[in-house]
Amino acid sequence: MQLLTTKKELTMKKNYEIEVDCANCASKMEQVTKEVSGVKGAAINFIMQRLTVEFEEGADIKAVMTAVVKACKRVEPDCEISC
Amino acid sequence: MTKKQKKMMGRIIVASALFIALQFVPLEGAWKLFASAGIYLIVAYDILLKSVKGVLAGQLLDENFLMTVASLGAFALGICDGSGDHNEAIAVILFYQIGELFQSCAVSKSRRSIAALMDIRPDYAHVERGGQLSTVSPDEVPIGSIIVVQPGEKVPLDGIIQEGDSLLDTSALTGESVPRSAHPGENAMSGCINLRSPLRIRTTREFGESTVTKILQLMQEAASRKSKSEQFITKFARIYTPIVCGAALLLALLPPAVLVIMGASAEWTTWLYRSLIFLVISCPCALVLSIPLSFFAGIGGAGRVGILIKGSHFMETLAQAQVAVFDKTGTLTRGVFEVVAAHHSPYSLQELLQLAAAAESASSHPISISLRQACAQSLPPADISDMQELQGLGVISTVKGLRVAVGNEKLMAGEGVEAMPCHCVGTIVHIAINHRYAGHILISDSLKPTSVRALAELKSIGIRKTVMLTGDNSRTAEAVSRELELDEVHCELLPAHKVEEVERLMRTNMGHLFFVGDGVNDAPVLARADVGIAMGGLGSDAAIEAADVVIMDDDPARIPLAIRCARRCIRIVRQNIVFAIGAKLACLVLGALGMANMWFAIFADVGVLILCVLNSIRAMSSK
Repeated sequence: MQLLTTKKELTMKKNYEIEVDCANCASKMEQVTKEVSGVKGAAINFIMQRLTVEFEEGADIKAVMTAVVKACKRVEPDCEISC
Repeated sequence: MTKKQKKMMGRIIVASALFIALQFVPLEGAWKLFASAGIYLIVAYDILLKSVKGVLAGQLLDENFLMTVASLGAFALGICDGSGDHNEAIAVILFYQIGELFQSCAVSKSRRSIAALMDIRPDYAHVERGGQLSTVSPDEVPIGSIIVVQPGEKVPLDGIIQEGDSLLDTSALTGESVPRSAHPGENAMSGCINLRSPLRIRTTREFGESTVTKILQLMQEAASRKSKSEQFITKFARIYTPIVCGAALLLALLPPAVLVIMGASAEWTTWLYRSLIFLVISCPCALVLSIPLSFFAGIGGAGRVGILIKGSHFMETLAQAQVAVFDKTGTLTRGVFEVVAAHHSPYSLQELLQLAAAAESASSHPISISLRQACAQSLPPADISDMQELQGLGVISTVKGLRVAVGNEKLMAGEGVEAMPCHCVGTIVHIAINHRYAGHILISDSLKPTSVRALAELKSIGIRKTVMLTGDNSRTAEAVSRELELDEVHCELLPAHKVEEVERLMRTNMGHLFFVGDGVNDAPVLARADVGIAMGGLGSDAAIEAADVVIMDDDPARIPLAIRCARRCIRIVRQNIVFAIGAKLACLVLGALGMANMWFAIFADVGVLILCVLNSIRAMSSK
């Protein structure tokens, strides 16, 4: 069981507000986000309408997020991710 | 309703009105087809657009695309069989859109009501700058600022009260309805509501680090740690759509082929129609939505009564827990020790206390605190040096040049002195000065008023075994255990032994185990247990970090309540899984047998979704 998240890990995790209508689409978005290179992990909280992305160390956050938005738009053209 | 939802609503109303009107207008042939197509487009154009986009992006199993195929298929069948009846195509898409709209409204409504549970975030702070008050956002206030909180306002940041005597309502944080009194020198937690008179507070934390922000973060992040049921649903959802679509294809091709081989008429249109029914219910939305929503509502509801559950999988484990393990001090007992007497000492009680308190002056152990509180005149810090705290044993310090050892019998043995036993029940603190026995101080702790009830309630809700682990001596442990009717007691344990003991209990396969501690010295045990419950988490960061469940006030009666909340939530999750999957299966079977039409399927699908969402919301109740 993981005990404490260190400060360093915390800085590599970011939350983004999203707008998506259906729960299944949200889980598809979560799936494709995980496959984007530079992303270590991703979780979508449909109810809070929030995407949490954990970046790999040294990843260019901006570039990765552009790729994430593109991937999400492909599976759900109607979604919004505000970065 | 959002703008998007209102627009959709408008389209649905217009399309429905036209649809009904169409039934009474005697249009024939091509005209009827045009009119139907027009209505269809009003209600379905966005789905058509999305499905084109989806197909271009290679998303063949996209629900928009499947709905398009199903409704256009119904249209085509209407043209083929010459009936010129396109009602079904329009109705399917109309119901689908109504369902989507309803889902969207239900979700935003329940999101709002759950978010309202978590509405403890203060919006502003009055900061005193140069003798003037200015109102700013709490995250702009640096540490050490003086803030003023008026009656009726939320305390925006953690701090120490400088001026003012008031009452603080902590119910948003702890669920405890009795307000706490607040006086200068005491801590004020952010998120509490000031009830009586203005308070001046010197802030000790930034907003990002303050209690209220931490609690909010925990509650919001709780849902991202997925439970087994959620993982099951995610997996199920991923295979459900492809399987249903595959089945639809088989249903369209196989039975007609068999019929042809058998020499009968193929009845292509019948089977095609039945396969379209499959496509209509190919979206697993009811499941994917309602399961996380139930957990979220459950976590929100528990949060309202001061029980923070840090992830939905802990909800699952807690609901199945069979073994309850407790720490004693600060968990079942009040953890407030009062010095009763000193025995076998050449010194007077106050002299002995002065030495013991000095020796323990830097320790945060509850016993040290009570020694310091009982000591009337404490020695200046300059007299104390070389302090070392030995976990589970005690403290050895140099006080005024004397080696003072304060602790239990084991520590005395280490000092080479023989400790005198005490005939009284309580915690005995032995003292040795320069390797010579200097007597012991008797301290006693009392049970929390709700402990007995909490333990009885745990038994009554089916917890099979209750165990207490304590570092205290056997006599005190036995006395507590008799009063609480515990099944098992282990005493004189070091923190490491508590971990071993918990591991041993976990190996007995009695079922899931939870450990309840007060978060002081318990972190390894809290982490090791299936579910670690920290009590009195308010203000203690270590406890909030290490535990899986945090009871915000220190009332043991919250533990059976937490288990009941968890069980209720899991029950709702199971109901939703069974109901949603069952309804889908029933639709598929009835559809394949030709006993259900498309209307029925879409109606059932939307209905199930709405019922599941409403059912999820029940998990919010904490009664």
